[in-house]
Amino acid sequence: MSPEINLTCDPAHLRHGSNIGQPLTRRDGILKVKGEARYAADNHPPGMLYAVIAVSTIARGRVTFLDVAAAKRHPGVVEVMTPSHKPPLAEDPDGKPNPFAFKMELLQNDEVRYANQAIAVVVAETLEAATEGAALLSPQYHVEPARVGLDDAKSYLPPVVGIGNPAEVRHGDVDAALAGASNRIEAMYETSAQYHNAMEPHAIVASWDGDKLSIDTPSQGMAIAQMRLAGLFGIPPGNIHIRSPFLGGGFGSKGLVSGPQVLGIMAAKLVGRPVKLVLRRDQMYGPVGHRPPTRQTLRIGTDGEGRLTAIDHHAKVTTSTFDDFYEPAADASHTLYASPAIKTSHEAVRVDTGTPLFMRAPGEATGSIALESAIDEIALACGMDPLDFRLKNYAEVEPISGKPFSSKALRQCYAKGAERFGWAGRPLTPRQMRDDAGFLVGWGMGTATFPALMFQAQARAVIRSDGSGVMESGAHDMGQGAWTVLAQIAADGLGLGIDQVEFRSGTSDLPDAGIAGGSAHTATAGAAIHNAGAAVIAKLADLATNDERSPLFGAGNAGVIAREGRLFRRDDEARGESYTDILKRAGLAEIEASGGGAADPAAQSNYAMHAHGAVFAEVKVDPELGQIRVTRLVGAFAAGRIINPRLVQSQLFGGMIWGASFALHEEAVMDHRSGRILNANLAEYHIPVNADVPSLDVLTVDEHDPHVNVLGIKGVGEIGVTGSAGAVANAVWHATGVRARRFPIRIDDLLMRLD
Amino acid sequence: MMNFDYVRPATVAEAVAAASEKGATYLAAGTNLLDLMKGGVCHPSRLVDVTRLPGLDGVEYLADGGVRIGALVRNADLAHDAEFVRAFPSVAEALLSGASAQLRNAATVGGNVLQRTRCAYFYDAPSACNKRWPGAGCDARHGENRLHAVLGWSEACIATHPSDFCVPLVALDTVVEIEGRSGRREVALEALHRLPGDTPQRETLLERGDLIVALRLPAEARGFAAHARYIKVRERTSYAFAVVSAAASLRIEQGTIREARLALGGVAAKPWRARAAEQVLAGVAPDAAGLREAARIALADAKPSGDNAFKIELAQRILVRALTLAAAGTPERIPALPGSPFSSVSGVHHVA
Amino acid sequence: MNFSISLTVNGVRREIELDDPRVTLLDLLRERLDLTGTKKGCDRGQCGACTVLVNGRRINSCLALAVSQDGADILTIEGVSRGDQLHPMQAAFIAHDGFQCGFCTPGQVMSAIGLITEGQAGDDPERVREGMSGNLCRCGAYAGITEAVLEAQNTLTNSDQRRSA
Repeated sequence: MSPEINLTCDPAHLRHGSNIGQPLTRRDGILKVKGEARYAADNHPPGMLYAVIAVSTIARGRVTFLDVAAAKRHPGVVEVMTPSHKPPLAEDPDGKPNPFAFKMELLQNDEVRYANQAIAVVVAETLEAATEGAALLSPQYHVEPARVGLDDAKSYLPPVVGIGNPAEVRHGDVDAALAGASNRIEAMYETSAQYHNAMEPHAIVASWDGDKLSIDTPSQGMAIAQMRLAGLFGIPPGNIHIRSPFLGGGFGSKGLVSGPQVLGIMAAKLVGRPVKLVLRRDQMYGPVGHRPPTRQTLRIGTDGEGRLTAIDHHAKVTTSTFDDFYEPAADASHTLYASPAIKTSHEAVRVDTGTPLFMRAPGEATGSIALESAIDEIALACGMDPLDFRLKNYAEVEPISGKPFSSKALRQCYAKGAERFGWAGRPLTPRQMRDDAGFLVGWGMGTATFPALMFQAQARAVIRSDGSGVMESGAHDMGQGAWTVLAQIAADGLGLGIDQVEFRSGTSDLPDAGIAGGSAHTATAGAAIHNAGAAVIAKLADLATNDERSPLFGAGNAGVIAREGRLFRRDDEARGESYTDILKRAGLAEIEASGGGAADPAAQSNYAMHAHGAVFAEVKVDPELGQIRVTRLVGAFAAGRIINPRLVQSQLFGGMIWGASFALHEEAVMDHRSGRILNANLAEYHIPVNADVPSLDVLTVDEHDPHVNVLGIKGVGEIGVTGSAGAVANAVWHATGVRARRFPIRIDDLLMRLD
Repeated sequence: MMNFDYVRPATVAEAVAAASEKGATYLAAGTNLLDLMKGGVCHPSRLVDVTRLPGLDGVEYLADGGVRIGALVRNADLAHDAEFVRAFPSVAEALLSGASAQLRNAATVGGNVLQRTRCAYFYDAPSACNKRWPGAGCDARHGENRLHAVLGWSEACIATHPSDFCVPLVALDTVVEIEGRSGRREVALEALHRLPGDTPQRETLLERGDLIVALRLPAEARGFAAHARYIKVRERTSYAFAVVSAAASLRIEQGTIREARLALGGVAAKPWRARAAEQVLAGVAPDAAGLREAARIALADAKPSGDNAFKIELAQRILVRALTLAAAGTPERIPALPGSPFSSVSGVHHVA
Repeated sequence: MNFSISLTVNGVRREIELDDPRVTLLDLLRERLDLTGTKKGCDRGQCGACTVLVNGRRINSCLALAVSQDGADILTIEGVSRGDQLHPMQAAFIAHDGFQCGFCTPGQVMSAIGLITEGQAGDDPERVREGMSGNLCRCGAYAGITEAVLEAQNTLTNSDQRRSA
């Protein structure tokens, strides 16, 4: 285990038996509660300097002057990096070497394409000097008018949305079905720009040694970052060592290395000393991605019995003027409800903001709140309870593709969630419920769904002659619990107790564990770890079964199983021997093998693979003042195999809070003249505080999915956001009778309509 | 932040002298000042650290029944001072509804009174702001202004004063004691903050070198202890500035309001005392129609400064709510969610 | 201009020469005293990640000038446990999974210790939630945080009673 990631064995570590399925506490828990978990900005190599970026205050135009002399005069300032004074790059930052490479602002020219874009970097002996040096640059600009809103530019059909999805998908004839529908609704919903705002600002500590680069930086994808940096700096990927043992949250914003992180590396190169660069909170509103605003129109029709006949979901989204990321909001309507005719479509406008990016449930979150609100509206139009309506339109096969689901326990989620919440008896019409204090009470629900994805990962397993094991996979723990759950999988894969396995992770010199995104990290890296374990056990079994001196000799076709550091004959568990005995007799200090994890193409083409859930929300609304509080959230989720119920509950709680936040709190407010975000902080960009979340309840429904991946894991990182946002919005309607169609719901949206 | 001189005077007189130089400003806890300096909103060349000045950190109960609060008393200490809570419950509730426990532990009462607006254009250094740069214009006036002023604003400035604490204080006729170059003087808190007019950069009556040394609540303010509330509408349950807030204090005898004290927060460049509404409440029973009428009168002169007409309606409703809750009686203990509409503890009466 | 200040940090008195009055207590701890457990999330008093105890009270160290803290007694997350013996609050955070990414955790733990010292919340979950609302957690670990604080409150109250009995 590398010294900086010393996971102590945990005195408070609850170990109820072993490994997969057990609610172990976090293996990195002690480090985290003692402040000893070392995040990127906690590093301080000898001779380190501080870099602070200067950012543009205009959204579009050119920088015409920087007072470099004034900055350099400030005591402690060592260097000022500008477009005319910077180390050379081997690759154009505006190039697109691969579809996952987004354009960056690396001082390649004097152009400004969004507010908060880096326009210079000041390096100094102290943070204070670098900060003031950056302020002293007092830039002057040639300003062009900013285009920032959904209506500020001509829209177009994006080439693709999300990761290579078609922008328009048709199944059946939506227009004909709507024309013949007995009940119809058409509604427009608007969602706001949101920023990831991980608690840890993007940070990097970079050191060069010749053409070798060593960096501490939070990354959800070290291998991809390594490739990107190798291209930019013209060095082999193997020359780049990334340490990312802990991320202070990512939520997508640390999936790809960002411009400011690269600027830290450039600054270190320029000054020939280690450099630390940490974004200020306000500087995170621009260069590190965001969830774009959307305007979505839903048209839904049913027959006379409340059976869906058509869903038409159209989304207008923004992207930047210089790059392409299209929030696939309308795709949320592909999988949930059994409509014979479905159309989804997108249009986009280019605005003077940073490029939007994956943000926890990208597309699913924005699309879900609109779809779940619209389903609530059509259920009402049919005079049906929202849960009955969803059950009546339950999709037995994936509606858009006709494929069977690899597994789908959504019906059980509806039932268990509704029972726990106490949904039965909910009045159909709004404004029927009050609490003792006179607050309006409303109940709403939403269906949660998220695709079960797989990327690609590798792992290396070792069994040592002392009976211990090592598992290596360069995974990323951004709070989801990779240090713990992957170690649980590793221990089971190696047939060892978790405390006998050294799990190495979090650095780029280990086998690539794939990106921690798409809720697929546990499934992907877990599969690689499982397979590496199986491979090393197979090698060990070969040794034993081919050795006459082993009690396992000749087990051959019957096979062996591994458990608690021993191999046993599958057909006779009385016959077995320890890993130690096998290796010692073979004269081996250790034995190793590798394994990979990836999607199974056959299963992918045969099955639709999704996690599902049902979220029920209770809100209270002040009948005169319009202030809203979410008083209860109950979520029931079916997400395949659960590796660690304790950590899964935390992930789902977090997602549900994000859902409530989407519905009620989060919104970047932009000045439409300047293009600057006016609440680029944590005081007025509201995310929920502790008092906003009085009661959360999560249930999980068992699912055994033999198709999705070798471990049957579907992932839980993002699904909690979906369903929850709509459930809260629908509960606000049920409490007040006011249908909000702009999110977050503001007091002003309710106030005048409450009486 | 820009570099500055740091001085730590030993006496009030030294402090006043040190702060009388151009560019100098007082530093107490710094919870607002450092925020402003980091944001490039203000650039003092000298900080005069008053945190060690003797005699400014006590709460003194005066023989006449009033209370004198040293300017360096921490917000949390005042809010948790048992005698203070009993005598001035709405002030304690307002204090506890503001900011976070950490900020209340650090921030001083003098600093709270002098905190600057949260207008985003004031904080956004490149925006035009007449407070920061007199004559530059006001980008808020035609910008994102749904949370801006509806009372007392001018074309030059539509910012609001963000303090919760000041709202009940102004309702209760608090007096500010000031030490300055020409000695000590007193002003009513209500007069301390100015409306913007053509000079929004002049936010208070304070002159260069002036140091707030104490706040004084008069004995009469105790008369409202049994019927006093502070209610604050926020965009999340805690740790947020008020959209609108109201302090209501009533003296009720035999079911009739003898005297009412009302003030609004988040509606103007100063904590807004609603005197006309107070007058119509005197001598009436606290019934719904009467309270609504008082609220209507309190907002009679209000007009939107932008996309914020809803605040006029909200301010009236929150006044009615604060009055209703005050009439019902001060709760025995400050509610779990101070100032929140969701704090309602109905029917429990305060033991004054 | 240099400033000599004296601080007691985690029980150790330290004489510190500050060459810059702009240094905040947070940056002093993190960048000059190698106490990086205290985190910088916003640097503007809006998130609580930098919470430390100064003279026994929780404050945001990002909004405190170091030079103005002369003579103060500072407790940071590094000073909370006794060797391998976790503070009951730290143990409760682990047991109740009161964190995910862990970045806000030192601030949460310090704030929770401060909350219990203040004695205003007791065993009322709503008062605990309100009292902990100055510490943002973007991962959304609030339920575990509240449970952890309530459990630690209980543990600490019981051990106080045992001591006084």
